[in-house]
Amino acid sequence: MHRRKFLLILYCAATPTFFRSADTTAATLPSEIRIGLTPVFLDDQLTFLKQLRVYFSDRLGAPVRFIQRGSYREIVELIRLGKIDFAWLCGFPYVRFKREMRLLAVPLYYGNPLYQSYLIVPASDTVTTSLLDLRGKLFAYSDPDSNSGYLYPQYQLLRAGEDPANFFSRTFFTWAHRKVIEAVGVGLAQGGAVDGYIWDALASARPELTSATRIVNRSPEFGFPPFVARANLPDDLLRKARSMLLSMNADAAGSVLLKTLNLDGFVEGNDRLFDSIDEMARAVNKPRP
Amino acid sequence: MKFVRPADLSLRYKIPLRVIALVLITALVVTASMVFREYDEARQDLVAHSAGLGRVLAEALTAPMIHDDLWRAYEVIRSPQRRSSGEFETLATEIVVVLDPGFHTYVSTQPKRFPLGVYPAQQEADFTQIQHVVEADATAIQRVIEPPQSNLIYMVTPVVADGVLLGRLVLGYSQDVFLPRLKNLVGSSVQTTLVVLAVLLPLSAWWARKLADPLVVLADAMDKMAVELPDPERIPTLPTGDEIGRLAKAFRGMLNDLREKEQIEQQMLVSERLAAVGRLSAGIAHEINNPLGGMLNALSTFRRHGAHDPQTEKTASLLERGLIQIRNTVAALLVQAKVESHPLTPEDIEDIHILVATAAKKKNARFVWCNQIDAPLPLSSTRVRQILLNLLQNAVQAIREGGFVECKTYVQNDRLIIVVENDGSHIPQERMTDLFEPFSSGRPDGYGLGLWVTYQIVKEMNGGLDVDSHPDMTRFAIDLPFGESA
Repeated sequence: MHRRKFLLILYCAATPTFFRSADTTAATLPSEIRIGLTPVFLDDQLTFLKQLRVYFSDRLGAPVRFIQRGSYREIVELIRLGKIDFAWLCGFPYVRFKREMRLLAVPLYYGNPLYQSYLIVPASDTVTTSLLDLRGKLFAYSDPDSNSGYLYPQYQLLRAGEDPANFFSRTFFTWAHRKVIEAVGVGLAQGGAVDGYIWDALASARPELTSATRIVNRSPEFGFPPFVARANLPDDLLRKARSMLLSMNADAAGSVLLKTLNLDGFVEGNDRLFDSIDEMARAVNKPRP
Repeated sequence: MKFVRPADLSLRYKIPLRVIALVLITALVVTASMVFREYDEARQDLVAHSAGLGRVLAEALTAPMIHDDLWRAYEVIRSPQRRSSGEFETLATEIVVVLDPGFHTYVSTQPKRFPLGVYPAQQEADFTQIQHVVEADATAIQRVIEPPQSNLIYMVTPVVADGVLLGRLVLGYSQDVFLPRLKNLVGSSVQTTLVVLAVLLPLSAWWARKLADPLVVLADAMDKMAVELPDPERIPTLPTGDEIGRLAKAFRGMLNDLREKEQIEQQMLVSERLAAVGRLSAGIAHEINNPLGGMLNALSTFRRHGAHDPQTEKTASLLERGLIQIRNTVAALLVQAKVESHPLTPEDIEDIHILVATAAKKKNARFVWCNQIDAPLPLSSTRVRQILLNLLQNAVQAIREGGFVECKTYVQNDRLIIVVENDGSHIPQERMTDLFEPFSSGRPDGYGLGLWVTYQIVKEMNGGLDVDSHPDMTRFAIDLPFGESA
């Protein structure tokens, strides 16, 4: 009997997360904080992610784990189900499921929590001036749950009286903004919709990728992809995480990380930031004849 | 500069040149065969590599193609090109195209060249060939296609899911991928050849010199032979028993033989002349002696009978003295064959010592006397004494004040050997041929008959005579056989 008990204790000590996951609501500081990431930023910089994880862990006082998946939808599902604590999402899924998650903070880009969607074509294409010039062409979207990489061009086509399903001869998803830029750059697609923040970041980090493309059009400004928390996250942890993000530009290590992200900091933000996205989402999802 | 035919070059240059030629030919043949093998191996590597890669990519392509996920398909076919370091660099694909079952482009690594949905067989001869080959055999198997006049090698792999053909994966490799490997090979081969040449060239030059030098000396000596016989001592002796060593040895032998022959010819010439002179003088002496004897008899009779006036007596006496001088001269010319004489005793020789010692002393000469004869020899004592006296008188006469004269007499192999040496003025080479001829001494005093007589006596006694004269030493050696060898 003693022996079995001892073994059990050992097992618990070795895998604390095993118990923790079943018991998340109870603890003020969970033994592991899970943050879901999506390609709303350059999420393939693993060295940077490691530094960011260390920073978050230090400031939150608990180990942080980043969860990355192949599409936005998988992360959205995880946070709706409460399997992850926080996520960096696009504004489009946020407006769709805002009742199932809480807004944590919104990044500041050039001083504002706003960004644009870019319409890009291969650099060799010098004639295209608008999305409507790409009729019958091959078009690359980033993700069906992306505002800048899907919703906005769909909405634009609707506004122009076109049927988004048949306007292009063919479309495909690359599941990342960066890959839209690559697909358009090599000529695999003749046009693409991409997050302007990502395009600009790549323009300084990998100029050879962006230089193969040309920006045809910049969209109006939308609310920047926000950090969200699961709906049932304890308030103290939410506050702690929010204050960490809001004060990130105040300390040296945080500033370095923000600089790498090409961001200025975070604001608390509110749902009104995403109203324009909400409006577009409703227009696109409205049943059509 | 004079033009030299390659065939006329010295062995000194021919051998190193041939070594270079051999090394280069060997290097060329070896490199060529290695390049051929390397190319073959590289090609086999490429085919094996591309077959494996084709299978892996075709497998990875099934899901994106079934899901019609163009970007994933592109990422799959792009992956082999992204490797840009290590050995894969040389095996990177030039182009990857996925064709749908109808040979239209589904996706390619060069979307601008092969956009979605185009029919590449219409645009590119390579793809026409690929379609032609693939359609000729309906079975969906992996195959290598090398279109003629194309720089690319294609590996065509069917993309099959559950027995259904989804499309065909075409991997194109540039044949240029072999070039770095082959260039490396040729480069290292050239380096090795240069190193080998650097080692072999001095070696072969040394070897050629070693081989050619004796031949050059031999050839030069042979060239000069027509003018003058070269000194055999100047022909190098080689320790080797090979052809060159044998040639040098034979050549030396030949030169020695020729030289000996030349000397014998010269001696024969001298002997013949001396013999002719001997016959002539003997004939003349004989012809003179008969009337001379008569005249002397007549004169003697004339003077014995009757008293003559003083004038007549004076004339008769003058005639008699003149005739006697003629008789003496003629007698000196003639060496009488038979002279009655007792056998040679050691004392006979010692007498000569006493006779000559006086003359030598007058010149303060160092006179070395070495007589090893201690028993009578069956030789004419008169003749031997005459020879000794002649030679020693000549020797003493030749030396300067305080000079050196040596006389050795001994017996060797039934022969009496007489050696007389002096360090006086030597006999020049041109005098040697007529040295023994009568009246040829060139000296103001005497007739120069001494050597002539000596020669005649030695010849008469079947002996040998050898003269050797250097600037500081003149040596006469005479050997006279006696007993059975005489």
